[in-house]
Amino acid sequence: MAVDDGLKIELGKQGIFVTTIEELYNWGRKSSIFPMQFGLACCAIEMIATTMARYDLARFGAEIFRPSPRQADLMIISGTVTKKMAPQVVRLYNQMAEPKYVIAMGACAISGGPFKQGYNVLKGIDRYIPVDVHIPGCPPRPEALIQAFMTLQKKIEGQHLTGAGRPRHLDAEAQGEFPVPVQGEHDLEPKSNPGVWSVPVVIR
Amino acid sequence: MASSPYFSLAVLFLAALAFGLTPLGLAWLWGKLFSPAKPNAIKNAIYECGLESKGDAWMQFHSAYYLYAIIFLIFDVEAVFLLPFAVAFTGLGAAACLAMLVFVLMLVEGLAWAWAKGALTWA
Repeated sequence: MAVDDGLKIELGKQGIFVTTIEELYNWGRKSSIFPMQFGLACCAIEMIATTMARYDLARFGAEIFRPSPRQADLMIISGTVTKKMAPQVVRLYNQMAEPKYVIAMGACAISGGPFKQGYNVLKGIDRYIPVDVHIPGCPPRPEALIQAFMTLQKKIEGQHLTGAGRPRHLDAEAQGEFPVPVQGEHDLEPKSNPGVWSVPVVIR
Repeated sequence: MASSPYFSLAVLFLAALAFGLTPLGLAWLWGKLFSPAKPNAIKNAIYECGLESKGDAWMQFHSAYYLYAIIFLIFDVEAVFLLPFAVAFTGLGAAACLAMLVFVLMLVEGLAWAWAKGALTWA
């Protein structure tokens, strides 16, 4: 905006720091991500390892895992989402306060992973809730989760407070309610949320 | 007022209060002004680990539970008495052991009575 990056660095060298409300606001947001204390499968073990002393997620300001969705703004889907668990996950996502972000951790959470052919595993949580960062891996190493955190921080940093790409909590039009699927006769009903995910076209 | 020895303390207290409350107030104001509330039925529902809450939390417990509570209390107190007995066991004579045995048997008799009365069966 008013001051370009080169000038900002030049001023910084002289001991003058300039910023914008947006930058300050996003800096605060990205440096205090509260993840939800919530593990689904073996990826959760890696997630726990990430928070511990060796990998030390606290360096990114995200060590405070909240046991209630009301106080969390990041949901780490760490592990296999079974069709029995999916409604609970979506309900918890709904109950989180805005702005909320989602990291889908591991092969199962992003696509069903090794259980993709299984009858009881959801083939990716992005069918029901919007996912910001996908991490592949089975399970991903703690470094991968830290990479995902940094990616998310970059995303938060880059969000303008006005305009089309503004964060969800500043957008009155953004979808507030994500329908919770129910157990149908053979599968979850509905099979996906068309608002966040569209059935891929298979080209043969 | 300014001459009072506590005046500086009051000023510091107010400053401390403002230090804590100003960020909270600013955050509240920011939220009020810029972020539209998006409440819905699911979001406002009671948080119960992701499950839908069923029934009322204000339910009545069966009064039969108090019998368990009383029996538990009696044996809990018995353990308190047994502990010093066990600690001093090697130095005790036959009379003391007999007295303790009578005490324990008395409680066991009470348990047998409660059992026979059906107090241990959940109704």
